[in-house]
Amino acid sequence: KYLFSINSALGDQAYVWNENEMFLFRATLAFAMRTYSDGQEYDVANVVVCDETPRVSFWFVVTSPLDASLLVDKRRVEEAVRKSRSRINSAFLLTDDTLEFIGIPPTLEAPVAPDTPPWLIAFGVVMGGVGAGIVVLLVSSVKRDGEEETGGKTENEAASDAIYNMSFSDDEPVTQM
Amino acid sequence: MRLVFPNPRLEDRIPSHEDLELMEKVETGDRLKWGSKTQYLLTCVGFCVGLGNVWRFPYLCQSHGGGAFMIPFIILLVFEGVPLLYLEFAIGQRLRSGSVGVWSSIHPYMTGVGIASMTVSFFVGMYYNTILAWVMWYFLNSFQSPLPWSQCPLNDNLTDLVSECKRSSPVDYFWYRETLNTSTSIEESGGLQWWMVLCLAAAWSVLYLCCIRGIETTGKVVYITSTLPYVVLTIFLIRGLTLKGSVEGIKFLFTPDLNELLNPSTWLDAGAQVFYSFSLGVGGLISFSSYNPVHNNCEQDAIIIAIINGFTSIFAATVIYTIIGFRATKQFDDCLNENILMLLNAFDLVEGTVTEINYDEMLQNLNSTISGSEVIQGLDLSTCNLRTFLSDGVEGTGLAFIVFTEAITKMPISPLWSVLFFVMLFCLGLSTMFGAIEGVVVAIQDFKIFPTWPKEVISGIVCLSSFLIALIFSLGSGNYWLALFDSYAGSIPLLIIAFCEMVGVAYVYGIERFNKDIEFMIGHKPNIFWQAMWRVISPLIVLVIFLIYFVNEVSSTLTYITWNPSSENFPVLEILPYPNWVYIIILLLAGLPSLAIPGFALYKVLQKCCCKKTIKKLELNTVSANVNMYDTK
Repeated sequence: KYLFSINSALGDQAYVWNENEMFLFRATLAFAMRTYSDGQEYDVANVVVCDETPRVSFWFVVTSPLDASLLVDKRRVEEAVRKSRSRINSAFLLTDDTLEFIGIPPTLEAPVAPDTPPWLIAFGVVMGGVGAGIVVLLVSSVKRDGEEETGGKTENEAASDAIYNMSFSDDEPVTQM
Repeated sequence: MRLVFPNPRLEDRIPSHEDLELMEKVETGDRLKWGSKTQYLLTCVGFCVGLGNVWRFPYLCQSHGGGAFMIPFIILLVFEGVPLLYLEFAIGQRLRSGSVGVWSSIHPYMTGVGIASMTVSFFVGMYYNTILAWVMWYFLNSFQSPLPWSQCPLNDNLTDLVSECKRSSPVDYFWYRETLNTSTSIEESGGLQWWMVLCLAAAWSVLYLCCIRGIETTGKVVYITSTLPYVVLTIFLIRGLTLKGSVEGIKFLFTPDLNELLNPSTWLDAGAQVFYSFSLGVGGLISFSSYNPVHNNCEQDAIIIAIINGFTSIFAATVIYTIIGFRATKQFDDCLNENILMLLNAFDLVEGTVTEINYDEMLQNLNSTISGSEVIQGLDLSTCNLRTFLSDGVEGTGLAFIVFTEAITKMPISPLWSVLFFVMLFCLGLSTMFGAIEGVVVAIQDFKIFPTWPKEVISGIVCLSSFLIALIFSLGSGNYWLALFDSYAGSIPLLIIAFCEMVGVAYVYGIERFNKDIEFMIGHKPNIFWQAMWRVISPLIVLVIFLIYFVNEVSSTLTYITWNPSSENFPVLEILPYPNWVYIIILLLAGLPSLAIPGFALYKVLQKCCCKKTIKKLELNTVSANVNMYDTK
């Protein structure tokens, strides 16, 4: 059984379901049977549709091209449909959700797995930057400490001058030190 | 009422006002200073504004009557938050020392308060940075499209989605399985998860880089970490308001329910939120304000910080709820459309006969016939209620890593929003960590444990040891350990510390002396409002909150929630009681800092009584840190 949900898929650009659309459907199904089944020359006439409703849902069966009264096995039809699902969907501008086959679940796409997970790459970038920053800061700290020791003497003299000047106004706290 | 504990020789331990004036004029360079007032304010704002503003406050607001929650929040902000904040700023600025130095100056027996602050800082820093490691993990995983938590992975033979994911949701699966790889209970350790260890290392490295020289480095970083969250929140607000359903979220958040004000737990939660939101009692604020010039107007600072913190909470809540409103509306629409499709298929109706608008009446029509109602019963339609989706009340890590990430996957250009969101969370948490690390490092420096080692080395040791202990959070059961730390390491000890701080300053240091100090520093005495708060009201509020918390915890069996794919109600989280040995750990976490306060006092008393040898007064050689330590030979 087939279920079409055209309006929910296309909204304003929905097309009206009519005989021509049904013809297209039967043609795509015949194509599917030709390509993915036993290779026989299926034709539009071999796809028989019945029980059509305004919902746009219907039943269909496929007859063998050799003998019109012989029905093709359900499983073979299902397999053909499953393999050509994306072609059938795109013929009607629909997707797996909006064009449902009852009994045939949508095939699941195998996810694309990159060789290195992308987060490891980002991690490498972050850690590289952080590591470089830490090294830079530590090196500059060491350098600064080195400079202070050699250039410290002149600074001390200047500081003691300053303290000396202050002692005129605040005597006690300084002398206590 | 002149209730002051006897405190002889207090003047010997603290710099006098003349000393302070001298220190102002002579720049010895021994003690760090702020590069500018902006750096100081941004650091304090960053310290106070943290993850709790984003994921705890909105939940409290929504669950305690929406707009009505503002009333207890603002009242307790004024009566509890601001006085405590002002007190910590003032005492730090006056005594020019970190928390250990401050409390040992006020009275040697009170050194325990400083030790407690340091211990709590250490514990809280450990688990808080683990949350940042999780944020880092999500951030690193945001650089791909589609986002990894937007779809379930396939199982091994590629026939179906992974069962655990199918039964719950892709975001749940990504959080519990691919991020945490959580075990089913706290007893099963599950082994170290290598990707988590890497993220933890990254988080601690970033923190070390920023804290390497104390406020010299953090003072520069806060220009970004304190301002970026506001930028991102604004971007999210604008984006959120353009999404469908956002206004529903805001309406839901702020609709006041005044009946909630009669519920005592509303007031309790508001008080706790104000208290924890300001990061009081960890010693970071005292430390930060001790680098200020002596005449800095700390009263103004306290009020400014409090206002900014309150405003940020409300702003963040609004933003979060625009996004939650969008998500709930999407869920509601999806639910309804599913039902509509099922109806259309079952009754073979033309598309468009049943829409969102006429869904209810169509359902009734179809239900009215006997055959129709039978079919409908067989369909198992789910009830779609927007309110239920909105009040999917989530807080904490659930909000950030499950609800919000799901909402992001539904927005166009998801990786961009994901990156922005997690950068914002990282900045919020990092700036709070600065205060925690400051609390520990400065305490170690005050104790003179490693006097000659430079600050870089001490910060490094603190970060490294925290990282090694925090590896426990990267186990399979790490999530449960973190919840344990969150509930007990930071909650009760901080309340005790805050209470002791207020009592210590008001009654041991002396409120009169404190008033004079403030007059010396900012030019006028604190008015009657502050007096009333510090002496009576704020300590009382903190005491009440502590007692209720304590009684609650002690009287109930402590439980925790677990993720167990084989449980019956999966994906609902399973509630398990803690095993007995965990109680010992809880006692250690909550008890160790709390007991440090009386414990150290006792130690000092014993020292004084039992070792009656000559007490030598050691004076430190620096002009700016006049912390005298008593040594017995």
